[in-house]
Amino acid sequence: MLRFLVVVTLLSALSAAPAYADARGDARQQVEFGIAVAQKGLWREAIFRWLRATELDPTYAQAFNNLAIAYEHEGDLVKAREAYEKALRLDPNNPLIKQNHDLFKEINDRTGRKDGR
Amino acid sequence: MIAPGARTVGSFALIAILSGCTTAYLDIPIETPIQPKLDVRPFSRVFVAGFVSAGTDDVDGNLETVRLLRSQLRNKGTLRVIDADALALGDLVAGENGAAGAAPATAPATAAAEVSDDMAFAAYEKVFADKEYWKKVGEEMQQPLIVTGTILFRTQQRSGFVQRERETFDALGRRVVQPERTYMERKGFILRPSFIFIDGRTGETLHTETFREEILYNANQTTPPLSSFFELMDRLLPSFLNTLSAQKVRGSRTLLK
Repeated sequence: MLRFLVVVTLLSALSAAPAYADARGDARQQVEFGIAVAQKGLWREAIFRWLRATELDPTYAQAFNNLAIAYEHEGDLVKAREAYEKALRLDPNNPLIKQNHDLFKEINDRTGRKDGR
Repeated sequence: MIAPGARTVGSFALIAILSGCTTAYLDIPIETPIQPKLDVRPFSRVFVAGFVSAGTDDVDGNLETVRLLRSQLRNKGTLRVIDADALALGDLVAGENGAAGAAPATAPATAAAEVSDDMAFAAYEKVFADKEYWKKVGEEMQQPLIVTGTILFRTQQRSGFVQRERETFDALGRRVVQPERTYMERKGFILRPSFIFIDGRTGETLHTETFREEILYNANQTTPPLSSFFELMDRLLPSFLNTLSAQKVRGSRTLLK
């Protein structure tokens, strides 16, 4: 019985690994396509692709980072902040995400500033 | 047995693959549109009415600010800028209170430095809150959005430790740059404008925005006050303009794979 349980556990783990890899692979394709269209200025299409990537792999910090940049470019600062925060939660030590977030905060703080004292 | 040529090609291929893996990011320019803080749709015109200024006598804070804001709004704003004489708000208060009781429109630099910034303009608060007065001004100018407020531009002196880089050469003649803390006397300016946006139809204050910028130079450096005034104004103009019209902030971000 114990042997059976071990085998079932191992099989389920092995079957889950390719599924995870597939999800990340598919998400990565969406991310790369998003980057290509963003470079051509098609930011709405990029948002669609990066949203799709985050649905396929909700642990993909890079996709959330890109999504945040696209929202920033579109002027949707609330969604941009949410996406940056999600990216930082998933990958808190990534210096590039931190840098993007710091630059975003500078702009976001300025829009809210009413009293410079 | 692998031929040496094939080994070299293999090495290059490996390097190419590895470098492909490591360049998983891309810098991209972006333009972030920032929505205006104030809804100016009810207005077609803007009147920069004038400011109460205090601080150094070297710069006429009122006239320079009026000129600068009108020019910026003309070039970058969406509203038509009214070209009319700036109001002498200082005289208005002096007229109401009598010359002895009123605060001077342009206080000497030393006096302004001694009194607190807020107290310097306290006498003018009731002018900005006088709805009837601003409504009358609005009627004369076809009910525009009115921009007024206070401008404090004064000198400052500060001494303390400053970190700077010191260049030396070691025994081998190599250049070495080391941080060094030095005690320095510094002087400069503080600019503290407070912009008040008034509805020319009702005389009501719609929005107030206060900024504070400062600059310090070495004590032996001579910088014209007017040049410092414009330098400090330049820093806050994007925020001022963003109150009335949408602005785009250019920057760069890093996309990741």
